[in-house]
Amino acid sequence: MLRKTSYLGILLIALVVVTVLMTLFNGIGFLSLRNLRSMSFQLPELGILTLAMMIAMLTSGINLSIIATSNLSGIMMALILTRLVPAESPLAGSIWITILAILAGLAIGAIVGMLNGFLVAVVDISPILATLGTMIMISGISVVITEGYVISGFPQAILTIGNKSFLGIPNPMIIFLICAGVMAVILNRTPLGTRIYMIGSNPTATFYSGVNNRKVLFRTYIISGIYSGVAAIIMISRFNSAKADYGESYLLQTVLAAVLGGISASGGFGKVSGLIISLIIMQMISSGLNLLGVSNFLTIALWGIILILVMVLKYLLEKGVSKRRVA
Amino acid sequence: MKNLLYRHETYVFLAIIIFVTVVSVINPAFFTLENFFDLLKSASLMGTFAIGMLFVLISGGIDISFTAIATVSGYTIAVLLLRIGESLNIFLVFLIASLIGIALGMINALIIHNFKIPSIITTIATQNIFYGILTVITTGTWLYGFPQWFGDFATIRLFTFYTKGGAPYGLSIVTLIWIVLILISWFILRYTVLGRGIYAMGGNTLSAQRAGFNLFGLTMFVYSWMGLMAGIGSVIQALLVQTVAPNSLVGKEMDVIAAVVLGGASMAGGSGSVLGMILGVTLISILGNGMTIMRVPAVWYNVVIGLVIIVSVGASAYRRKIFTRRKVITETPPSGGQSAA
Repeated sequence: MLRKTSYLGILLIALVVVTVLMTLFNGIGFLSLRNLRSMSFQLPELGILTLAMMIAMLTSGINLSIIATSNLSGIMMALILTRLVPAESPLAGSIWITILAILAGLAIGAIVGMLNGFLVAVVDISPILATLGTMIMISGISVVITEGYVISGFPQAILTIGNKSFLGIPNPMIIFLICAGVMAVILNRTPLGTRIYMIGSNPTATFYSGVNNRKVLFRTYIISGIYSGVAAIIMISRFNSAKADYGESYLLQTVLAAVLGGISASGGFGKVSGLIISLIIMQMISSGLNLLGVSNFLTIALWGIILILVMVLKYLLEKGVSKRRVA
Repeated sequence: MKNLLYRHETYVFLAIIIFVTVVSVINPAFFTLENFFDLLKSASLMGTFAIGMLFVLISGGIDISFTAIATVSGYTIAVLLLRIGESLNIFLVFLIASLIGIALGMINALIIHNFKIPSIITTIATQNIFYGILTVITTGTWLYGFPQWFGDFATIRLFTFYTKGGAPYGLSIVTLIWIVLILISWFILRYTVLGRGIYAMGGNTLSAQRAGFNLFGLTMFVYSWMGLMAGIGSVIQALLVQTVAPNSLVGKEMDVIAAVVLGGASMAGGSGSVLGMILGVTLISILGNGMTIMRVPAVWYNVVIGLVIIVSVGASAYRRKIFTRRKVITETPPSGGQSAA
């Protein structure tokens, strides 16, 4: 108990430090409503993908195929939107097509999730290998469908999702908050969630306590796939296009964000709240440095340094706690 | 003979034979000495990285940062070649690249060992750090126009044959370097205490420690070795394309991991062989080359590679599952049911 509370504590302190530093460097304008809003337009893509990564990591697995899944489901949506909607059609006519496209995109996510679930739960391949294989294959299928080209030019309805606000809150942020809320409920309030944590801590013990591990893992990867599909909606709407290799740099970033947020890489531990704080920290750093005109790549390097520092702190803290306990 | 059926390598080898036969029947140009040497030359880069990755995987770790390490060392030697290229020679170039690789690998090992941070997280972080800082300093500029002798070295061949058109071909020096590295690795893993230690650490860290292996030393060696291979690989890359670009390697780390895993190394550590690694690299190279020769559109490449990985890894996982279950029932008590094979 002590451990978890203190890690959230570290994260909160890190958040305050980062906020203060960025405000000092950039002036009070950094905390202006406009800047906060622009940050909350950027955070959700990575945020939803990180949720997709998180649920797999909690079972002590990993899902390397999230970005590839996202792109394939984005392409599926783009195909429906561009091939079924005539260019001159009014917004009213395209609402149903948009809904159809979104459902199809989510279905693609679920199907890839089922494939991953089958490989991990039934065939018994280690998750990193199974999802590495599906990642390469799925991104290959995307390339085959698009032949490497960009699909662009969507109706207004889908663009609204990624670029407009509702009551002053950017739509992507609303979607992200709903996704995070649903994930928190799944993990904390349902039997499935409890079992996910159990499998992450000790799969053998979980199996012998009467849990159907296969079913839990299967569902885990389906949820992960559907979340990738949701991320795809925001992605294609913000880019106004779909392509086979968008957002490839997100993959390692999701692992980084999840681990920074306290999701244990060996499974079993981690909460949505920690994840949200870590996403805000990363977004603050990237926006703050961007305003200062610092290269994107320095931001990437800084994320790496912060990740290692936080892990080192966590290690020292745990060591301190266990020493005290022994004494 | 029965033992052979349980070996992963056998199945990869069969897959290679079948594929080679099919491609050769469709297009005889595939099964020629010229294409064979060509294949070996282009496989050398991935093969060199794969040697390092094999050691890391056997030890129970993983290294995502090797592409960034290779980029840093490749860029450094490229700058040196452009500035003081005439006073350097090929040995110095390899030495400098190797030292940089080893040093960066040691950073990984220190973090992983001292703070018990999982290797996948450490190396994701260090990849970001190495690559980020390098790109900031270099602003992503491509480097080319290396000294004459550097270009000449790349064209050295061990045996020289001539095609009907009179173009020379043969076993490239680059392939020769790879082969030498393979022999050294095979020797280390097979015949030294160090090699045994790496397998022991990957199989069961605690037992390895109790048995008296120095875990710190082993970790240092494994990640430095990966760094060394990244350094040497960066020179091979520079030799092959005579250009160094900061973004040409990062992002390709999964391809190398896939090749090594295809050869039977397990993510859990403790298993994997040099022969399997060679077969894995060969299969991936042959698939790419063969598909080009069969005029399969390039867009299908990843679909096929992905399928091959899933089927191959899936088959071996499934076989192990059945095998372990039988073993648990017939031979050992449940607690000892962990199969090392």
